[in-house]
Parts: sequence; C-alpha cells; structure tokens
Amino acid sequence: MNNALIIGQYVPGESFVHRLDPRTKITVIFFFVFIVFLANSVISYSVLIVFALASMFTTRIQIRYILKGLTPVWFLIVFTFLLHLIVTNKGTVLIDIFGFSIYSGALIQGFAISIRFFLLILVTSLLTLTTTPIEITDAIEDMLHPLKRIRFPVHELALMMSISLRFIPTLMQETDKISKAQASRGVDFRTGPLRDRVKAVVPLLVPLFVSAFKRAEELAMAMEARGYQGGEGRTKLRELILGKRDYMVFILFIIVTALLFLTRNY
Amino acid sequence: MDITFNHVSYIYQKNTPFAHKAIADLSFYIPSGTFTAVIGHTGSGKSTLIQHLNGLVRPSEGEVTIGKYRLTNDEKPDNMKMLRNLVGVVFQYPEHQLFEETVKKDIAFGPKNFNVPEDEIENRVRDITTEVGLPEELLGRSPFELSGGQMRRVAIAGVLATKPKVLVLDEPTAGLDPRGQHEMMDMFYDMHQRQALTTILVTHSMEDAVKYADNVIILNDGTKYMEGKPEDVLTQREALHNVQLDVPEMVQFINAFSEKFEQKVPFRRQSEAELAREIRQVLKGAGKDE
Repeated sequence: MNNALIIGQYVPGESFVHRLDPRTKITVIFFFVFIVFLANSVISYSVLIVFALASMFTTRIQIRYILKGLTPVWFLIVFTFLLHLIVTNKGTVLIDIFGFSIYSGALIQGFAISIRFFLLILVTSLLTLTTTPIEITDAIEDMLHPLKRIRFPVHELALMMSISLRFIPTLMQETDKISKAQASRGVDFRTGPLRDRVKAVVPLLVPLFVSAFKRAEELAMAMEARGYQGGEGRTKLRELILGKRDYMVFILFIIVTALLFLTRNY
Repeated sequence: MDITFNHVSYIYQKNTPFAHKAIADLSFYIPSGTFTAVIGHTGSGKSTLIQHLNGLVRPSEGEVTIGKYRLTNDEKPDNMKMLRNLVGVVFQYPEHQLFEETVKKDIAFGPKNFNVPEDEIENRVRDITTEVGLPEELLGRSPFELSGGQMRRVAIAGVLATKPKVLVLDEPTAGLDPRGQHEMMDMFYDMHQRQALTTILVTHSMEDAVKYADNVIILNDGTKYMEGKPEDVLTQREALHNVQLDVPEMVQFINAFSEKFEQKVPFRRQSEAELAREIRQVLKGAGKDE
C-alpha cells in the first residue's frame, strides 16, 4: 500500500476541526482558495499563513505526518519555484550564472507562488484529513440541494460518490492481496525490463476487475433486497446541523478575509 | 527446509498514526519435513506470519530464516524468486487470483514464471489436475466458467505445479462443502508425506490440526501463546478458552465421557473408530467389575 500519499486519508480524531460541520469546512476552504490569490504583500501572505498553520495545529494530527503526506507535492512546489526563477525578469539582476540572470522580482514571484501552492494543498488536505468521506458527500449533497429544482440527480450523484469512496480502501486491500498472491507465483512487479513489468500488470488487473464487478452486483442486489429506491422521502440518521462552533469559524474567516483586504499592497 | 523465527516483530504502516503491531517478538522453529498447524483467532497475526515465509514482507525487527535464505529488516536474499519457488503459498480464497483464459494456462502460470521448461510444464499440469481431482476436460475451459469448488482446485493446482519444498496453506478449505474439505486436506497430507514437504497450515479447525499436524502453534495478539504436540496443546481447555478457542470435538467428547462414566480414556489422537473400540473396552471392563 502507498504510505507516502495521504491526500484523501482520514485520520480519526476529536479536535475542534474534526467536529466542525463538513459544510463549514468545505465553504471556508472554497473561499480560502479564492482569497489565496488576492494576497500580494508580505503582511497579507502572513495573514493567510497564520490562518493555515493555526488550522493545522488545531487538528491535533501529528505535524510530521501531515508534512510527510505532502512530500509528493513538494516536488511540484520546488518545480514551480525554479520555473519562476528562470522565466520571470522583473526587478534588478541579482546573480548572473552562465548567461542566466536571476532577477530579484523572480525570487519574490517564485516565493509568492510557492507559498500559494503550499497553502492551497495544505488547507485542502486538512479537509480530507479531518473529515470522513461520508461526511464530505453528505455535505456536498446538502449544498447541491438547490439543483434539485432543475431535476439534477443530487442524491444519486452523492450516492455514487460515497459508494466509490467507500470502495477505495477495499480495492486497495484487494490489490495488495492479489499482487501478493501473484508475487508468490513468481510475478515480479518491481524489477526487470519495462515490457515485462507492464505485462505483469495483467495478472493483477484481471482478478481485480472480476472481483470489482462481482462486488458491484452483490451490492446492487443487497440494496434492492433492503428496498432501496432512491432519494425520494429518505431520511437521515445523522442530520447536519450548524452549531456555535461553525458560526465562530465563519466569523473568524470573515475577519481573516477582511484583514487580508486591509493588508493588501502593504 | 528448516524454518526459524527469531524474535520477529512486524509493524504495519510504521511511523504513521495508523501504526499497528501485527506480530510481536515471535520465535519458533519448524524442522524440515514436519506438518505444523498455526491456530489463532482472527487478527492474531496468522496472515502476517505467512507473508514472512516467502519474503512478501520483511520483519520490522528480528530475523526469519528459511533454509539458507535469511530475511531481516534491511537484508533480503539476492534471489527472491528462488525463495518464492521453494515456498508455495496457497492464500485464503485462492480462486481470486485466477486470471488466464484457460485453466491450463492458469496452472502453467507459476511454473512458467519460475522458468520451468515447456514440456515439463505440460507434464506437471496433467499430473496436478488429476491430483487435485479436476476432470481433464476442464483444462481448455475458462476458469471463470467453473464452480467455486473447481476454481479453488485450479488455484491450488497453480501453486502446487511450481513444486514447492515448503507448502503454506492459509485456510485452504474455507467455504468448501464438507466432502470437498476432506478430500482437499487428505490430498495435501498425502502430498506432504510423499514429497517430504514442510507444511504449514493456518486453520480454524481444531479437527484438522489434530488429524494432520505434528506440531501446533497457537497465536494470540501477534505473540506465541502455546506451542507443542497437538495432544498436549489441544487438550488444555482453560488455556484455549482464554483466547476464544475450543478444544477439538473429540477431546470434548472424551472429557464428557470421562466425567459421566468416571473412567479415564486418554486422548492420543486416535481415530473415531479407534476411540469407539477403546470405549467399548472400557465399558466392558467396568461391567465385569460389578
């Protein structure tokens, strides 16, 4: 199993962030993604960084774990930084290596963009780290509710989402199991020429598809056996209710946004 | 091949909030040519143990040796493929690993990976199909058209066709009908004896352990709870109850019998017929006394 990539991995907990209404978290992150692009000065960036780091600390998840999970993205961040360093030519020349001039503007631009990138990924991964997939789909279903008016199948869409999210770990386990079984029969997934390694995927994919289809059929049957027939008149075990906590977060976020607007250009 | 576990621990997802110790400080020795049953409750670390036997996972701490192969956290044999050829593993529900177009190709898949010559593969496939009790007509069919029991046999044939020296069986009869279960276990035992295999059977069935095993290892929570001969280990009711296990039916029966008739009948892993004879003897003797 892939231990490095945690995007989409929920870590159970009881922190303030964990207990927020998923709709609050989604809304705040949605707007955060916009305001990140409005920051253009040291202070305005600091406001955003403080907000993001504060949220990170309140999740009470090991910081080391969160940062380790971002490792695949570090590469992208560094790459963007270097790209800006090379392409931008604003400001004064700082150093000149082999005909490449690095401008002061480029350095600043590179930093700014990398920080934006980092903030975006950090904050969005905080959502999935502290919210179960089911909560997220529930929230999306609820937030898309108005679209029902135009006959958009909101419930079905949410159901599809939760089913596919539900089966990701199952499929991962299945993949792990089957690849181990085939490795025991002498398949080598890791070494050898590329051609052989591509061919080695067949004994993995065929059983995986077979079992996925079988599972889908069984699930459909089980749902029908229990009388499932769509969203009409269906009630929920866990209603989403906005609490004091959520209003507090909204107010805090509005303050952060206001601060950001005030500190722009400083 | 001798197998040793020397203070082996295995931790899943090390250094994450999900870190979880599946095996803790496990040591045992399995002499070459013996039949060992590994018994334990769900989650006791049986499956993790199995994966150490052919290097699918390496111990987080400690050392595993299989014959001349040695596995530690930062050391693995240069020739993993050889090790995997020597150790054949039949996983739980092995029919999930079928993928080829025909039964024949699927059985030949393992041997082909281990570079067995073409004509030799042909022979092995024929031999093994009769051995596992599959009709030869099925060889040309798609494995996905077969019944569950037949699929299981194909998958097992696929492992046996690689001619392992160590055979690892993870609940190979789960989900089969009672007759199929017997046939299958007898087949494994027969093969174990004829080819002098070192066999490790993971099972929930105390009956199978009594019937086939030379040694029993009982796992609980990733550590060794008991180890020894089946007649010694599997008669300890209290100890087994503590880890949600039951003594074999025959032991239960003997205990109940001894209590009721106040006669001692020793448990020596005798067959049902032998036990019946002994009981008759005991009852006759008791009758004469009075």
